[in-house]
Amino acid sequence: MKSIKYILAGILFGIVMIKSEAVSWFRIYEMFRFQSFQMYGIIGTAVVLGAISVFLIKKMNWKDASQLPIVFKDKERPYTRYLIGGTIFGLGWALTGACPGPMFVNLGYGYLTMAIVIIGALLGTFLYGLIKDKLPH
Amino acid sequence: MIDFIRQPWPWYFSGFMIVLIMLMLIFWGKSFGFSSNLRTICSMAGAGKKVKFFDFNWKAQQWNLLFLLGSIIGGWISAQFLSNPNELQLSANTVAELKGLGIHFNGALNPDELFSLGALSSPKTWLLLLAGGILVGFGSRYAGGCTSGHAISGLSNLQLPSLIAVIGFFIGGLLMTWLILPFIL
Repeated sequence: MKSIKYILAGILFGIVMIKSEAVSWFRIYEMFRFQSFQMYGIIGTAVVLGAISVFLIKKMNWKDASQLPIVFKDKERPYTRYLIGGTIFGLGWALTGACPGPMFVNLGYGYLTMAIVIIGALLGTFLYGLIKDKLPH
Repeated sequence: MIDFIRQPWPWYFSGFMIVLIMLMLIFWGKSFGFSSNLRTICSMAGAGKKVKFFDFNWKAQQWNLLFLLGSIIGGWISAQFLSNPNELQLSANTVAELKGLGIHFNGALNPDELFSLGALSSPKTWLLLLAGGILVGFGSRYAGGCTSGHAISGLSNLQLPSLIAVIGFFIGGLLMTWLILPFIL
């Protein structure tokens, strides 16, 4: 039963993604053409509120639901992988209008063709695992 | 009330709700990052036998797979009960530009030219969707996260690597939108 809460959080996430229109191919195109504030507003609000929350959690040493300290892991250096990987991700994001979450939300919404994008994303992930040791990181 | 929910939500409310989801997961001792699920699914499918990267205890990630399952259900619930009765309010410039690229704005979330079942009669659609998916999957694992892991969780924790990844997302997105899409659409 403990796991039901993750399904509920996922349902909420799916609804938020649809109602914010962040799952829309049109919105992503519009964002990259700088023709609307909508997506910048969503991400900007989330980052500002998120940064304040994380700051407070650290400052007040808040505990999680099982009374364990909340730890935030630092991302590792060096930075090459973030720039190259990020750029490859961005190419795909602008082409399909979907990052990993919205692919699945769109599928549930009824865009069955998103299954092809999801299969692609799984193939891409597998491909990365296959050749990661040969890539600059 | 339901009429209010059916409207598209304003950006500040949407941003607030995304943070709320991130905080729920943090409070449950987890973290908000969706693309890890793609690695987990590869591992579940047995990729760990061949490739070391997928040889890990995927069962510890079950919570995130449940979150993924929920997100599909959330999409379905939105379509059944909460869908916007009006057209998406897309900027007039965007509509005009897309027309020039052969993409007709249909008022829905996604264009029929790429995402309708009818579009699958063209091999080009298959190629674009599959290639786009591969780029997202490969890129998110290479960068160690996607929009949720880097742009939301990472930037909230003031991580420089996440900022670099987000700059990468934009370099790639701008290249695709400004230079490549006009040729391939």
